[in-house]
Amino acid sequence: MQMPTPDADILAKKTRIISLLQEVLPHDAVIHEPEETRAYECDALTAYKCPPLVAVLPSSTEEVAAVLKICHAEGVPVVPRGSGTSLAGGALPTADSVILGVAKLNRVLETDYDNRFIRVQTGRTNLSVTGAVEAEDFFYAPDPSSQLACAIAGNIAMNSGGAHCLKYGVTTNNLMGVTMVTMEGEIIEIGGAHLDASGLDLLGVICGSEGQLGVVTEATLRILRKPEGARPVLMGFDSNEVAGACVSDIIKAGVLPVAIEFMDRPCIEACENFAKAGYPMCEALLIVEVEGSAAEIDAQLGVIKQIAMKHNPVELRESASAAESAAIWKGRKSAFGAMGQINDYMCLDGTIPVSELPRVLRGIADLSTKYGLDVANVFHAGDGNMHPLILFDANKPGDLELCEEMGAEVLKLCVEVGGCLTGEHGVGIEKRDLMTAQFTDADMEMQLRVKDVFDPDWLLNPAKVFPLHVTAPRRERAQAAA
Amino acid sequence: MLQPASESELAQAVRDASGPVRVRGGGTRDIGNPVAGEALSVSKLSGISLYEPGALTMVVEAGTPVAEIEAALVAEGQRLPFEPMDHRALLGTQGEPTIGGVVAANASGPRRIQAGACRDSLIGVRFVTGEGEIVKNGGRVMKNVTGYDLVKLMAGSFGTLGVLSEVSLKVLPAPDSAASLSVLGLDTERAVTALSAALGSPFEVSGAAHMTEDKDGPRTLVRIEGLPEQVSYRTEKLKTLLGQFGEVVADSDPASVAATWAAIRDVQHFAGKDGDVWRVSVKPSDAPEIAAQSGGSVFFDWGGGLVWVLVPPGTDLRARLGSFAGHATLIRASEETRAAQPVFHPEPAPLAALSAGLRKKFDPRGILNPGLMA
Repeated sequence: MQMPTPDADILAKKTRIISLLQEVLPHDAVIHEPEETRAYECDALTAYKCPPLVAVLPSSTEEVAAVLKICHAEGVPVVPRGSGTSLAGGALPTADSVILGVAKLNRVLETDYDNRFIRVQTGRTNLSVTGAVEAEDFFYAPDPSSQLACAIAGNIAMNSGGAHCLKYGVTTNNLMGVTMVTMEGEIIEIGGAHLDASGLDLLGVICGSEGQLGVVTEATLRILRKPEGARPVLMGFDSNEVAGACVSDIIKAGVLPVAIEFMDRPCIEACENFAKAGYPMCEALLIVEVEGSAAEIDAQLGVIKQIAMKHNPVELRESASAAESAAIWKGRKSAFGAMGQINDYMCLDGTIPVSELPRVLRGIADLSTKYGLDVANVFHAGDGNMHPLILFDANKPGDLELCEEMGAEVLKLCVEVGGCLTGEHGVGIEKRDLMTAQFTDADMEMQLRVKDVFDPDWLLNPAKVFPLHVTAPRRERAQAAA
Repeated sequence: MLQPASESELAQAVRDASGPVRVRGGGTRDIGNPVAGEALSVSKLSGISLYEPGALTMVVEAGTPVAEIEAALVAEGQRLPFEPMDHRALLGTQGEPTIGGVVAANASGPRRIQAGACRDSLIGVRFVTGEGEIVKNGGRVMKNVTGYDLVKLMAGSFGTLGVLSEVSLKVLPAPDSAASLSVLGLDTERAVTALSAALGSPFEVSGAAHMTEDKDGPRTLVRIEGLPEQVSYRTEKLKTLLGQFGEVVADSDPASVAATWAAIRDVQHFAGKDGDVWRVSVKPSDAPEIAAQSGGSVFFDWGGGLVWVLVPPGTDLRARLGSFAGHATLIRASEETRAAQPVFHPEPAPLAALSAGLRKKFDPRGILNPGLMA
């Protein structure tokens, strides 16, 4: 992965930068010894590593502002970091950058059940936001798989989704306001406990901007009352096409399940071997979950089962108890772990129109043959967000490169059928160079201009999201002006 | 009036424009500070380009009438989740509302509290910048985080950042059944408390309004939608929950429920009445105080989160309300009144600077609806 050449002037003034940062932060919040900065050399995309110049862990919005003022004045790039769980390399440092970690900003600032929101500092983990309100039977809806560890800051940066967004939407649909610090160190408030913007929807463009427009330190999030109950049904089919048609028919029927998960045969086999969930051995498996009271669930599953029967399932298993529900989910939830046990894998994240599912699965199978790498498919079928897992051997020279090449072809296929490169993980470093497959120069130019407005010196989270050749003129101009 | 018949003609028209243009769709939403300039209509960019009911997605040209979209959706048992307001009755305008106008105004009705605003259902846009460049963002899939989200930025930008040529929308199944429950006689405080209780319940309320001056006095309303079994179950549950506030009357007649909520959506209560109409977005529990301070006629949607206010012409409502957390937009007033005060709530300086910076980048010549939102 090509990265810009580190700025020699910045590397040369490391000592000065450290002492400036130590003037505004406690000494233990400024991490600069090489053996310590290595902890920040990568995120969950471990294929790429680079220790930062310095890492800082501020404890307040004001400290974040003080850090950014210094970095702005010194022309030092800043890489914001939540919990470091990005699968796209969103928090990968450059050698001349300061990692700004928000992990210490983890407090709940306000909970308001009457108005149905919670205000938190963004270093707080996703699951602990729900944890803060579940005693009152409320929850925060977006639920990325990494929710135990991932921070709200990262969720906002990547506009994270999860398994339940068919019904509840993704982060941007549940984010009401933010406190953000600009690269200049100015603290601004956008949105709040009321709905929608008074003028331009700045909140909408900040969410999903991958930490390139500002550092979000506080967030107002919509919370919802928990449903009375939930129950899954498991269906097995003897072809991917039939399973795909069943998904489409369920959606058309007017019942909106809270989740529709799809697994193909390689994935079913791996999960079964790993978790012994008792899955049927078939070509495709769907897990469909609905919510409500027991009677409401019966009514919804009645409709869904009727549709499934028309597609001649090889198995149709409705949960009759909490234990059976857990068993149905057990295999799916262990999918990534199961894959990790047999192989190294790369998890893709393209989204496709649901109608193109059979074509894309065939295309992936063809690519799998062409590259000689196995693929297991598990994904959120209701919204077309695919997660093909390409299996490779990290110890085998050239296998990672082969895997990346194949991954790029799969994502291009997603774009070709009307979809996109990434549905919920973000572009980061991983898909940066594929952006030209989805966007024209004019499309990207308008995105770059947004960046120009928020971060004119191009210091925030450098070398991400856009191909380097696309951003080079702006970065060089900013560097020359510094 | 400029009336390009294709996206490329639209781009050419913008490139050729030597002065300001007033962007319009059906011309039914005359909202904003008055704008001078030649009218640029997208009404000829019309038609549904793609509709996949099984994928819950639709791609339409910006000038497509909302009525045409809704008819196509009804045929498949689906609908626009955000229930866009039809502004004609309130504003006294004629013509056919278009989807481009809905998106430009981020028009969202009572279901906003459950299904999100227009911006939440908007998954892709194509637009022409102030320099006449054709740009796309988002796409036709409902989960997409590829690049910056300019889709949200375009929603509610009232044609000041670009001229929309095409939009992609997430649609939803239209449930078979609906019911409306109402409680009579509550004051604004009790009404918001009752609505908050309903919205904080697990019964998936999709509408929560309070009419302070209905024909039998104040009326507090909630709506539920779903399968018949769900609606009957939740009706009973909500009757019990709301019973602590007063006698609950349930209406499950489909036509009557639809008419009740269409009237709320379109602010028919203030249609034809003299005066300026404001739309105030606040935290629901602040609604009673806003109502009292406004000194006007009010009603609440969004559980109190949206306060509609009718005041005498020329009233500076923001002066009456003083400083509050939220924003007030002047939706209906004479051109003179709208020229004399900002229609959109003035933003704090740093946000105003960012917004001005974005407009400058999207429309460097300042020719697209200049001043409409300023």
